[in-house]
Amino acid sequence: MGVVSAPSPVEVEPTLDPDVLDQVVVRPATPWVTIVWNDPVNLMSYVTYVFQHHFGYSKKKAEKLMMEVHEEGRSVVSTGSREEMERDVQAMHEYGLWATMQREDQP
Amino acid sequence: MSAFQRHRRSGHVIATFTGFEADLLRSLASQLVELLHSEAAVPEDRDPFEALMDFTGPTTEPEDPVLARLFPTAYPDDEEAAGEFRRFTEGALRDGKARAAATIIDTLEEAGLPDELTEDGLTIDVEMDLDTAHTWMRSFTDIRLALATRLGVEDGDEEYWYALPEDDPRAQAHDIYDWVGYLQETLVGALSR
Repeated sequence: MGVVSAPSPVEVEPTLDPDVLDQVVVRPATPWVTIVWNDPVNLMSYVTYVFQHHFGYSKKKAEKLMMEVHEEGRSVVSTGSREEMERDVQAMHEYGLWATMQREDQP
Repeated sequence: MSAFQRHRRSGHVIATFTGFEADLLRSLASQLVELLHSEAAVPEDRDPFEALMDFTGPTTEPEDPVLARLFPTAYPDDEEAAGEFRRFTEGALRDGKARAAATIIDTLEEAGLPDELTEDGLTIDVEMDLDTAHTWMRSFTDIRLALATRLGVEDGDEEYWYALPEDDPRAQAHDIYDWVGYLQETLVGALSR
């Protein structure tokens, strides 16, 4: 943390981009999320089935997430490391769901 | 009656199609396979040597809107990460979707669908284990996404499609889209039991 709180910018390693520093020093543990977006094609029953089958969620939880996608346009369906979320996004694409990923604190 | 049902004793998923329906499903699955192989997975405007030496996958979104929908951008705000994700996943996803569509074709042909449909009154009884039924269900999604993207289907636009004249090719394509949706609904039902 010394670099970030240093009183003078002169002490900052000149080759390090402040944005990179921000990620490395301040936010190393920010989890990632998988987001599923609404589309006009996928059946509600199918989306619920996929959430149960891939994530092992209960029918109740899967239906809640499905309704969020349907009514709010998107839902965070899983949280974890970047690698885990890449696997989830790939699995959602296998199932034809429209999924993206981002850091949890990103709007 | 549901199109797809669970067989009580074997637990397998069963369905009966007319020859026409089975032939239509095979045609849709074949078109999907063709589409998945149509657009070069590696852009063509690259240096030929560089392209030959690159055994990985594409880094930019496919140009065809159906392919772009089947392989969405994983990182909407990070082009570089999105490209890397695509490079490592799109090839496998394409192969998986093509194999799933080929499974539909194989199942129908093994159940007796001839190469050329000539005979009237043919019925095709399919019976599949749960893994195969799961593959059919996934591929139905890809077929429906392809049809919907070509048609421009949107949320709550049912009235528009029903108002089209019967002989409008889009009305016919939309009927097929609805029918595959009905098949998928009953297949999800059969698999959820």
